[in-house]
Amino acid sequence: MNQTLVVIGNGMVGHRLVEILRESSWRIVVFGEESRPAYDRVALSSYVDSWSSADLELPALAGCELRLGEKVVSVDRERRVVVGASGVEVSYDALVLATGSVPFVPPVPGRDLPGCHVYRTIDDLDDIRATVEAATRPGRRSGMVLGGGLLGLEAANALRGMGVSPHVVELAPRLMPIQVDEGGAGLLKRLVEKLDLTVHTGTSASSIERDGQRLIAKLASGLELDLDVVVFSAGIRPRTDLDLGLELGPRGGYLVDAACRTADPHVFAIGECAAVEGVTYGLVAPGYSMAEVVADQISGGTKVFPGADVSTKLKLLGVDVASFGDAHAQTEGALEVVVNNAVAGTYSKLVVSDDARTLLGGVLVGDASSYLSLRPLVGKEVPAALLQPGGAVDVEMPADAQVCSCLAVTKQTITDAIVSGVACDVAELKACTKASTGCGSCVPMLKKLLTECGVEQSKALCEHFTYSRAELFEIIRATRVTTFSALVEKHGTGRGCDICKPAVASILASLGNGHILGAEQVSLQDTNDRFLANLQRNGTYSVVPRIPGGEITPEKLIVIGEVARDYGLYTKITGGQRIDLFGATVDQLPEIWRRLVDAGFESGHAYGKSLRTVKSCVGTTWCRYGVQDSVGLAIELELRYRGLRSPHKLKSAVSGCARECAEARSKDFGIIATENGWNLYVAGNGGFTPRHADLLVSDVDTEELIRVIDRFLMFYIRTADRLQRTAAWLEGLEGGLDHLREVVVEDKLGICADLEAAMAAHVSDYADEWRGVLEDPEKLARFTSFVNAPGTPDPTISFRAERGQRVPVSLGIPEVAR
Amino acid sequence: MTVVCDFEALRPEQGVAALLPDGSQVAVFLTADGTLHALDNVDPFSGAAVLARGIVGDRGGVPVVVSPVYKQAFELSTGKCLDEPSVSVAVHPVRVRDGVVELT
Ligand SMILES: Cc1cc2nc3c(=O)[nH]c(=O)nc-3n(C[C@H](O)[C@H](O)[C@H](O)COP(=O)(O)OP(=O)(O)OC[C@H]3O[C@@H](n4cnc5c(N)ncnc54)[C@H](O)[C@@H]3O)c2cc1C
Ligand code: SF4
Ligand code: FES
Repeated sequence: MNQTLVVIGNGMVGHRLVEILRESSWRIVVFGEESRPAYDRVALSSYVDSWSSADLELPALAGCELRLGEKVVSVDRERRVVVGASGVEVSYDALVLATGSVPFVPPVPGRDLPGCHVYRTIDDLDDIRATVEAATRPGRRSGMVLGGGLLGLEAANALRGMGVSPHVVELAPRLMPIQVDEGGAGLLKRLVEKLDLTVHTGTSASSIERDGQRLIAKLASGLELDLDVVVFSAGIRPRTDLDLGLELGPRGGYLVDAACRTADPHVFAIGECAAVEGVTYGLVAPGYSMAEVVADQISGGTKVFPGADVSTKLKLLGVDVASFGDAHAQTEGALEVVVNNAVAGTYSKLVVSDDARTLLGGVLVGDASSYLSLRPLVGKEVPAALLQPGGAVDVEMPADAQVCSCLAVTKQTITDAIVSGVACDVAELKACTKASTGCGSCVPMLKKLLTECGVEQSKALCEHFTYSRAELFEIIRATRVTTFSALVEKHGTGRGCDICKPAVASILASLGNGHILGAEQVSLQDTNDRFLANLQRNGTYSVVPRIPGGEITPEKLIVIGEVARDYGLYTKITGGQRIDLFGATVDQLPEIWRRLVDAGFESGHAYGKSLRTVKSCVGTTWCRYGVQDSVGLAIELELRYRGLRSPHKLKSAVSGCARECAEARSKDFGIIATENGWNLYVAGNGGFTPRHADLLVSDVDTEELIRVIDRFLMFYIRTADRLQRTAAWLEGLEGGLDHLREVVVEDKLGICADLEAAMAAHVSDYADEWRGVLEDPEKLARFTSFVNAPGTPDPTISFRAERGQRVPVSLGIPEVAR
Repeated sequence: MTVVCDFEALRPEQGVAALLPDGSQVAVFLTADGTLHALDNVDPFSGAAVLARGIVGDRGGVPVVVSPVYKQAFELSTGKCLDEPSVSVAVHPVRVRDGVVELT
């Protein structure tokens, strides 16, 4: 029989261990006190963006017995049996303790009052939210975070996201005392205060009292704070409440050796609850390497814990802070090189060995962009250039340097994957090396390595242009070129191809250059755009009239039915709440459209790289739960953005309440109604790689909503690659969602007026493409199967019946093996 | 001999389809340098008669048309498929006489 491994704790590290052992012969039983599947605690603060725990879930574990919501209450090491809270007993051959940490709550009188919370689990955040929402007194809500470290600042920022003004109280004379030195802390305080956090350093709370609706905190400094909510974030302690009679480390934690084994050879400890050779770690990366060690040990290996990098970077919007290595220069004889630029708001300190040859650590505040290249150099020789004032930080990394510290992936591993051809972009590197699947901060480094390895990160559109689509867009915009031939002559080579021609046609159309079948443009268009219909496998086309928001009158519905019947078109309801009519020949398209246009329909652009549909649920009009008019907004948006040419198709949806019946979060831009207005989510995707859209702005009114969507879409259109959906674009955007928000919400680049003007021009210039064809005999003349026999149908096309409709007879194509 | 259309009716870098008396079809292209090409209109990969509707351009300087169905490129002057060298489409002689395009 297989041996049994019992894991106590289904946190990040316990989960990782099981994932590694997934294919081993061990029978694995996991006890998790929390009732939900394992989730990404590192990203806990992002929970307040969506309040959807699904977004944080770690990959589901298959092939193990998961006992969620069941705490282990005792362990009998003699009998080798674990006892769960339900009374269940499981015997083990190996036992792994992965119980994590508990938040440390200082003994302040009043700390147990309702409204006082810790910040460790999803349930904690739900409780904090409930307290905040229950606060009914008028005016802005106010909160206190006790502890000004990394987690305290994250918690304060999360409170801010819930509409609470936070006070941060830190006993040490500066914020982030563990990571940041005196010099950097002053600047850090200023940056943090810009986020509307009130900072009190060098003091602590001496008591908390309830006063009716409020909590009153008295600080040692004499100040009294009037509060709705209190969050303790004063550090963590290894969680060892489960007493196995095993020795603990000097600062707590189950004491283990370098193999992560306790004094009992059957019992291991990993993650934050472990004191490896006496040392505990409060970061996930060391925990992951402990999981690797134990997985290897119980499979008969000899791996030991290699020690850990405790570098950290604050995950706080707008505040760049990082510290790495020996940040406080505690190494004997260490020297510091400090550059403090008060004007630019940047501080950097490098710590080097006494001979100024080895980099030991550093602190960066205000601009931590060099963190990624510096961190791997710790313990290595310092390039001399670094020590010059303002020295370049673009330095060569040694092969064994860790690029991704969360998953302990070295530069060598990554370059091997690239050079052997296993991975040629960030997504593939993620999949095969796991790099960047933790905090994600190493993505820019991965890109850099790809480029250094000469992977054609070349952004060249095709053999005819060395420019990326975004660059071409700027060239066309700046030079006002209006034809492909002029563009390729001046800025490209050759005559173009099926890649650059449609891409340029799309850019020209985005910039508003008349009908897409205008004089020269027609030769650039893909067949779909050329015939304003979607080519199907037998050479016929499908027809999709626009039905904004999915709302249609019976009269119009009847017209569609009549047209379909008269031309024998196969009819199908699409996923975008409209109707697709299949099987029209080139010759039939104008006649069909004449009838549709006469009945008040217009092109649905199903054929174009442009806005498809804005789906909607029925919203307040009919639905008992609706809080806003989702149909009205969907129609307004669809009419606003119809015909907008973009790097790829655009889909949207509007839901009338948080139940999300319109599936807005799987769209390029999705809107969900709230009591106070609208939440805008961007860069979602269904299809091959589904992605939930990210919250960009919340609780905005319709005017602000449209303003942000205008900017978002135009920014995407200008900067995305050819055929890159918004999801992939955002994933690849340097700085990600934060950067996007800086650009389109905060207008950091000062381009928003320009983006809005471009959208305004699109809206005012919009004209129905099909009407444009019907009114122009020259364009109409192209809709013939044969120039020498207009009106003669293509003899290769034939149909058969299936379930009462016409479907194509499959064309005999056996002579070519595909 | 089949009359296709007036030369004036052709647009550079675009194709048109012509029906032959035997029911077969030919795609006729005018390239930017003024050269005429004629290939079978049926795309051998999909079986659909659509090559005339493909995008005309060049691959490494060789004039091609790209099938709109699965995007293989065919060399205009030889009919050879550049993506699958074992496949090709027939080439037809084409000329302009008195301003009229003819397949001979
Ligand atoms: C807000 C926040 C931000 C963070 N940011 C970062 C960061 O940027 N970088 C970084 O490296 N780290 C960060 N961390 C720390 C990181 O989350 C932890 O290092 C990591 O989660 C540790 O994993 P673990 O498995 O040891 O413990 P945990 O993830 O805490 O899991 C322990 C689990 O064991 C369960 N458990 C305990 N006792 C029992 C029992 N008797 N029976 C059954 N189950 C039990 C607990 O309920 C818990 O679910 C952050 C933490 C927080 C809270
Ligand atoms: S999303 Fe809300 S408003 Fe819309 S249909 Fe569903 S429950 Fe009703
Ligand atoms: S450094 Fe955190 S994921 Fe790579």
